[in-house]
Amino acid sequence: MQNFRYLNNVTTLELDVEKCIGCGMCGIVCPHTVFKVKNPKARIVDQDACMECGACAANCPTAAISVTPGVGCAFYIIQTWIKRKDAVIECC
Amino acid sequence: MVLDTRGINVWCAAGKKTFSTEEVIRQVQRVGLDRVVSHRELILPQLGAPGVSAQAVKKDCGFKVTWGPIRARDLPAFLNNGRKAETEMRQLTFSIAERTVLIPVELSLIVKPSLIILLAVFILSGISPNIFSFSAAWFRGLNGAVAYLFGIVAGAVFVPILLPWLPMRQFYIKGILTGLVAGIFVTFSLGASVTRLESFILLLLTTAVSSYAAMNFTGATPFTSPSGVEKEMRQGIPIQIIAVVTVIIAWVAAPFVS
Repeated sequence: MQNFRYLNNVTTLELDVEKCIGCGMCGIVCPHTVFKVKNPKARIVDQDACMECGACAANCPTAAISVTPGVGCAFYIIQTWIKRKDAVIECC
Repeated sequence: MVLDTRGINVWCAAGKKTFSTEEVIRQVQRVGLDRVVSHRELILPQLGAPGVSAQAVKKDCGFKVTWGPIRARDLPAFLNNGRKAETEMRQLTFSIAERTVLIPVELSLIVKPSLIILLAVFILSGISPNIFSFSAAWFRGLNGAVAYLFGIVAGAVFVPILLPWLPMRQFYIKGILTGLVAGIFVTFSLGASVTRLESFILLLLTTAVSSYAAMNFTGATPFTSPSGVEKEMRQGIPIQIIAVVTVIIAWVAAPFVS
């Protein structure tokens, strides 16, 4: 995915290094090599490659990672803007 | 073990929580997996990770989740390698074939709204100094329809195919670029059958439609973040709305000014 970059400085990904125990799960599940886990904890090495899928946050055993996942489809997002909070949103 | 994701791929299903921690646990318990196998390992596809917490699965049904490769075809090598994934097994690609295969689905979602829009194009085209002209509705409407359809092709077909080579990161801008090219092609092809003013209006229409269609492709890619999509939408949508409103007003006004 080297030649596919998206917008910089937008992702909501955060890593609390204090809570990290260096288990390596984030590095395994991330589909974009955002993390490097070494010596002895995880680091974010490519923040802008993050697509906010949430795999890392879901699999961190100490909840050291937070990210706001969502659906990255324009039509879906438009519906969240104009429909009521509890409305059903159409998605493929 | 089978999880039903209703024909949706694992990754989208994980994001929508159809391929979820709860679903995994439910299936494990439903089939009585602990009585079927003596080991306690579940190999799940890596792209299920957004929806499945490995710790929660272990806690609630006793099976340890091993995250397998992205692609099922890499499973034999993964298993032979002692459950170690080579870097390629954990890396996504978005080749031209993988992008092209998404086009039919994107187009199928555009069919219904397009029919409504095309109907509006024909009706608006007939508004004339003589109240309503069916021949204008037909002939001007056809020109409008062609411009609209070229906009769809520029945004929903050419942007996906040409994706890595189109400048600018925002998809709505990539759509403007292909839309301008398509629009210029349309106006040149229509030539003298449209007035100068109408040419400009059609160019604007093709460009705006292409920009919107391209912006919608963000939902089909494996690298755009929702935060990024929302940011570019806050730029792109006002531009598209202004363009479309201008097109509507100018198109209706055109027979009155020439």
